[in-house]
Amino acid sequence: MPYRLLKYALSQQYPEARMFRVPKRLKNRYDVVIIGGGGHGLAAAYYLARDYGITDVAVLEQSYLGSGGTGRNTAIVRSNYLTPEGVRFYDESVRLFRDLSADLDLNLFYSERGHFTLAHTDATLRTMRWRAEVNKHLGVNSELVGPAEIAEACPELDLSCGGHFPIVGALYHPPGAVARHDAVAWGYGRAAGQRGVEIHQQTAVTAIRIRNGEVAGVETNRGFIETRKVLSAVAGYTPRITHMAGIRTPLVIHPLQACVTEPLKPWLNAIIVSASLHLYVSQSSRGELVMGAALDPYELHSTRSTLDFAEGLAGHLLELFPFLSDVKVLRQWAGLSDMTPDFSPIMGRTEVKGFYIDAGWGTWGFKATPVSGKTMAYTVAKDDEHELIRPFTLSRFAEYELVGEKGAASVGH
Amino acid sequence: MKLMRCPVNGLRPIQEFAYGGLFRPSPDPDRSTDREWADYVFSRSGEPALKKEWWYHIASGTWFIAERDTRTDEIVETYLFDGA
Repeated sequence: MPYRLLKYALSQQYPEARMFRVPKRLKNRYDVVIIGGGGHGLAAAYYLARDYGITDVAVLEQSYLGSGGTGRNTAIVRSNYLTPEGVRFYDESVRLFRDLSADLDLNLFYSERGHFTLAHTDATLRTMRWRAEVNKHLGVNSELVGPAEIAEACPELDLSCGGHFPIVGALYHPPGAVARHDAVAWGYGRAAGQRGVEIHQQTAVTAIRIRNGEVAGVETNRGFIETRKVLSAVAGYTPRITHMAGIRTPLVIHPLQACVTEPLKPWLNAIIVSASLHLYVSQSSRGELVMGAALDPYELHSTRSTLDFAEGLAGHLLELFPFLSDVKVLRQWAGLSDMTPDFSPIMGRTEVKGFYIDAGWGTWGFKATPVSGKTMAYTVAKDDEHELIRPFTLSRFAEYELVGEKGAASVGH
Repeated sequence: MKLMRCPVNGLRPIQEFAYGGLFRPSPDPDRSTDREWADYVFSRSGEPALKKEWWYHIASGTWFIAERDTRTDEIVETYLFDGA
C-alpha cells in the first residue's frame, strides 16, 4: 500500500481516472447551455445525453459543482406531499433515487429511514389525515400513527415535549430517506461527462442575448456562447438570471439555515420533523445530527448564519430530545431558497422561446433532483413540458391556477 | 444583535419587527386586465438590489418604509409612509 501511494504521488499522470473530464476550452457554440452545475442542472445534462442523445451541452457553473442548494440542504427524500400533482411528481423522484446508486455507479448512501411528521395539535392532525389519504390514493406508503407507534419507532423522543406541545400523532412515511447530497451532483456530473457533456466551473453567465423573442446565446465571464436553448437551473440565483432574460417571476429569495452536531453513536434511525416546532432532524451515516428549521423571515441574498437560528433550533430540539443538551454544534450554514407563493416549483417553457426554467425549489429541491433532471431534459429536447410538470409552468400564475402545496418543508399549517 | 431604526421608536432589535414585503403601488383594479392584475399579485422583483420595503414594528403597531440592500442586509434608511 505505501508503495502504491508513493507511485501515485510521483506519477506525472493520474493513475486513477479523474471524477470529471475537464474541458480544455469553452466553445463558442453549443446545442444546449445549462446554467447551474448543481444536482438539477447536472441531472438534466445526464438525461439529455442518455435519453435523447443530445451531448453538445455545456453546463456553466459560476462556482464549484454543488456549491449552491445541492450541498446545503438537509438531504431528505420523501413523497408524502399534499396535492396529487406534487405527490405524483415527488414519488417518481423517490423511485429514481432508489436505483440511482447503481445507475451512476456511485454509492449515494441512500438510506430509507422512515419519516415522521409530528402533530402537536388537532388541526395539524387533520391536515395529516388529508395528506395520508391523498398519498394512499396515489399508491404512496403513508399513514397516520398515534403516540404509541411513534414511541416504538423513536423511544428517545419526549412525547410531552416538556409539557409545552404534547405530540398527538404523526404522519408516517416509511420510504422517507436520506442521501449524500454532494454525491448526487458528482454522480450525475461524472455520468454526463462520460457521455460528452462539458462541465465548465468558474463560468458565470453575465447576460442572455435574445433576438425576436428567441434565445440567441449567453454572455459569460469567458466570452459569448451561441445557443438556441438555455436551461436555467440555478434555484436561489434564478431572479438574477430571469432578470437578464426580462422574465418576471413570483420568486422571492429567503435564506434557509441548517447545522450539524458533533458525531454521535447511531441512535436515531427515523427522520423526525415538526412543522409546529420548525425543526427537522436526522442522523447522517457519519453520526452527525443534521438539522434545519424555518426560513429566515425576510428576503436576503446572503448565506450568512445567525445566532438567532442556532438558539431557536437548539431550544426546539431540546423539547423533543432533552438528553442532547450537552451536544455541540459542529457547523452551521445557509442556502438561498427561491420561494414561490404556492410552494410548488416553476418548471418548463417561458415566454422567451428556447429559455427553459427549472426554479422555485425553495425548501424542497434536493428530493426532486432526479425527476426534475428527467422531466426538464424531456422539456428541452421536445420543446414541450413533460406530463408530470405541466401543472408547474410559470404561466400558471397569469392563469390563476396555483398548486397549493402545503406539504412542503418549513411550511406551517 | 441586528438592530433596525423604527421611525417612531428609534433603534430596536430586529426581532421586534416583521417584514411586510416589497413596496409596490397597486394598479387600478377596475382598469387593469387580468394579466396585469396577476402580474401585480404574483410577480416580484426578486433580484438583489437596494429595495423599498414595508416593515412593521410589532410592539408599537407602526408600519413604515425601509430602504434595504437585499444583498448585504444593510438598512440604509427608514421613514414613515407619507401616502405618496
